[in-house]
Amino acid sequence: MNRYIPHTDEDIKVMLEKIGVKSTDDLFSDIPEDVVFKGEYDIPSAMSEVELRKHFKELGDKNSQLTVFAGGGAYDHYSPSVIGHLLARSEFYTAYTPYQPEISQGTLQYIFEYQSMICELTGLEASNASMYDGATATAEAAMMMVASAKKKNKVLISATVAPRVAEVVKTYTKFHGIELTVIPEKDGVTDLEALQESLKAGDVAGIIVPCPNKYGIIEDFTGVAEKVHAVKALMAMTCDPSTLAVLRTPAEWGADIACGDGQTLGMPMQFGGPYLGFMACSKAQLRKMPGRVVGATKDADGKRAFVLTLQAREQHIRREKATSNICSNQSLMALYATIYVALMGRKGLEEVNKLSCDGAHYLYEKLLSTGKFHKAFDKPFLKEFTVHTDLDIKKTNEYLASKGYMGGIDLGNGLVEFAVTEKRTREEIDEFVTLMLEA
Amino acid sequence: MKYYDKLIFELSRPGRVGYELPKNVFATDGEKEIPSDLLRKSKLDLPEVSELDVVRHYTNLSNKNFGVDTGFYPLGSCTMKYNPKINEEVATMPQFAALHPLQNPETAQGALELYWNLQNALSNLAGFAEFTLNPYAGAHGELTGLMVMRSYHEARGDHKRTKVIVPDSAHGTNPASAMVAGLEVVEVKSRPNGSIDIEDLKPLLNDEVAGIMMTNPNTLGMFETEIVEIAKLVHDAGGLLYYDGANFNPLLGKVRPGDMGFDIMHINLHKTFSTPHGGGGPGSGPVGVAEHLVQFLPNPHVKKSEDGKFYVENGEDALGSVSTFFGNFGVMMKAYAYILSLGKEGIKEVGPMATLNANYIKESLKDDYLLPIEGACKHEFVFDGLRDKSTGVTTLNVAKRLLDYGFHAPTIYFPLLFHESMMIEPTETESLETLEEFIEVMHKVAKEARETPEEVKNAPLTTLVRKLDETTAAKNPILNYKALKNS
Repeated sequence: MNRYIPHTDEDIKVMLEKIGVKSTDDLFSDIPEDVVFKGEYDIPSAMSEVELRKHFKELGDKNSQLTVFAGGGAYDHYSPSVIGHLLARSEFYTAYTPYQPEISQGTLQYIFEYQSMICELTGLEASNASMYDGATATAEAAMMMVASAKKKNKVLISATVAPRVAEVVKTYTKFHGIELTVIPEKDGVTDLEALQESLKAGDVAGIIVPCPNKYGIIEDFTGVAEKVHAVKALMAMTCDPSTLAVLRTPAEWGADIACGDGQTLGMPMQFGGPYLGFMACSKAQLRKMPGRVVGATKDADGKRAFVLTLQAREQHIRREKATSNICSNQSLMALYATIYVALMGRKGLEEVNKLSCDGAHYLYEKLLSTGKFHKAFDKPFLKEFTVHTDLDIKKTNEYLASKGYMGGIDLGNGLVEFAVTEKRTREEIDEFVTLMLEA
Repeated sequence: MKYYDKLIFELSRPGRVGYELPKNVFATDGEKEIPSDLLRKSKLDLPEVSELDVVRHYTNLSNKNFGVDTGFYPLGSCTMKYNPKINEEVATMPQFAALHPLQNPETAQGALELYWNLQNALSNLAGFAEFTLNPYAGAHGELTGLMVMRSYHEARGDHKRTKVIVPDSAHGTNPASAMVAGLEVVEVKSRPNGSIDIEDLKPLLNDEVAGIMMTNPNTLGMFETEIVEIAKLVHDAGGLLYYDGANFNPLLGKVRPGDMGFDIMHINLHKTFSTPHGGGGPGSGPVGVAEHLVQFLPNPHVKKSEDGKFYVENGEDALGSVSTFFGNFGVMMKAYAYILSLGKEGIKEVGPMATLNANYIKESLKDDYLLPIEGACKHEFVFDGLRDKSTGVTTLNVAKRLLDYGFHAPTIYFPLLFHESMMIEPTETESLETLEEFIEVMHKVAKEARETPEEVKNAPLTTLVRKLDETTAAKNPILNYKALKNS
């Protein structure tokens, strides 16, 4: 028997007697004989904890822990120690979805706090309880805009949206039957003239623009929302929530929907997940927003309490008429983000951005001064930027890895993208640049 | 302990901080380079709290939650089994936590090996050629699986197949996933025992059908005994069979979906493979396919070369991408640890013991609760409320009364086949003593329903908060702190 299965032989005997069968096999006698699995599973025999730890250590030792100078959707931000300790409380992580609010106020309340923080960061009026990741949240935004527009079926996406996000949007829209058109880029930013041209026909349900964009550039969207709204279309902005503490918010740009990935709120990179997708929208779009939502209410004794609300939008009620099939949220990661934002507050987030931004500009200047890197776009950036290089990027990155560093992301055509977070010291940056020139 | 209901925002005191960052030693002022038009103008109203404020606050919130570690969840279709602690430990190892997903695969061989080992283990346990671990949750797996289905037909130039057959008893995500995947839902009726009516299915099969979505055992916990015949009918009509892995747990050690004729399936790692539900996520919804569909699985793919190195590949025939990177990798680590802890022998016990537990509860309670379908169930079964309907005590009342007695409620009012559905799934990790306690309480509630029905109707009576006003919450939504303050 196994430590996760408590049945003794005596238990089994008592239970079989009650049921009135001779063996557990009798409970499976309705399964056609030809499909019963009679072989051995091709997996190892049970491991003890000692062996399991050893196995994981052996696997872990085959990974290199690098000092990271890359982003591309995952950033090496600082995670306060407190978060791991609080997330390890099993009352949080072993709980089910809070469908029984009387015994789930812990979950419901932190989701309410999470929604409040996302609203503060984006400037928008409503947030859902979180979604899978930034890319799927952006794809859901595309579907939401089409559902909201009713008879229009076209979504425009800027060529400057991060390629991994754009790829998922492309996949979802292809199958869902949404016409997706790419707005070209010009000098590293969305070609706003081309955008205006595409809006003219009046058949656009919504547009998707990034902040910052795939090169790290903070684009200027002055006047865009007005033009989009003039043709009764919606504007969705896919953004980095950490940077919203200092950058102009989606609401300030006039966007109707904000979405993106919450990884930058201190989450471990963890080889790509779990992170969370966030989504917020204006009050007018609330009832088209996919995903769980928590609201405040009172109990029978008048006590303040929280509950899942507006469920009439969701798949378990609307089935094929729902706007989305999403059935979960990244709840524990929403708790992660909530604790992170609570610890950092406005000042901490501003400081994270300032440190990252100053470090990134320090690296940028240093790279240009080597003569091996050149300006690609002369545009504003925060913690991530793209430059041209004469160096062989692949070779350079291999050398860097051998020295314990992760180099920039190769965007092709001699373009390379670096990211700097508050964790990178001046000494690391100096050594990083020296090593690149050695490679 | 005293009742705690503060929001973190209400603890805020101007000037208080809960962090410390390294000193800024850069001489450069990067933000000066950003034009002021691109900067935030509006006030950012976040809590200003100390580290201890945060620790106490969330510890107090955790005390307002019920979890598997608190008590028993007889929650049908949710497979709320024990979440082993060693899984949590290994998943936070820094050798994985600090890995950037775009690191050169050469420097992430351990992570890729783990992904590869898990996809192989799942393929073996489920009887498929290959799995992708990229989908983030069960519903996301369904969507991915349906995209595979459509890609297959499209690749063959069979563009007419835009319909998918879904049983009327299916979980709501099935039709919703079909809608998102651009498929039209055709409902097939269930027989009274929840199984698919073959005679009703036959006329629905034609050259416009992309496939059928099924779960087996079905939502009533009954095995679809005609599955082989159904598979043949669907395949003969040119369609594919999708297996909703929500009910995979009882089959471990007994049957593999691939051997039943299914072409595609998803697995909920947070059900069958013990990863925690996390209060609603993150989950993980790997998708497995038969040999002829492998090429359509979403990018990226993890592969192993002849020399034993692992690498990442993006295939041209792939349906596209459904995730930014490799899915919820941290969740996969826990499922992998669980499979290794059970081993090939332990895994064989999962289905039989889960099934034994379910049947034991069913037989012990059917005197007080109405069992609409007789016969051996698998991992779960459904009662149609209390046997005695004269008391006016509903399934909702019973569910809420269970909260008073320290149990989570069963899944209620699903499936839609009965008016008072109460779906119970104990999982294999619960002991006979726990089942006995639950059975005793269920009998007690039935007795209360006869003797003091008003008390049951007013339940819960002893929980931290009582019945909530959900109507007002939906009519005048208050969705954040600012709105709450102004309400």
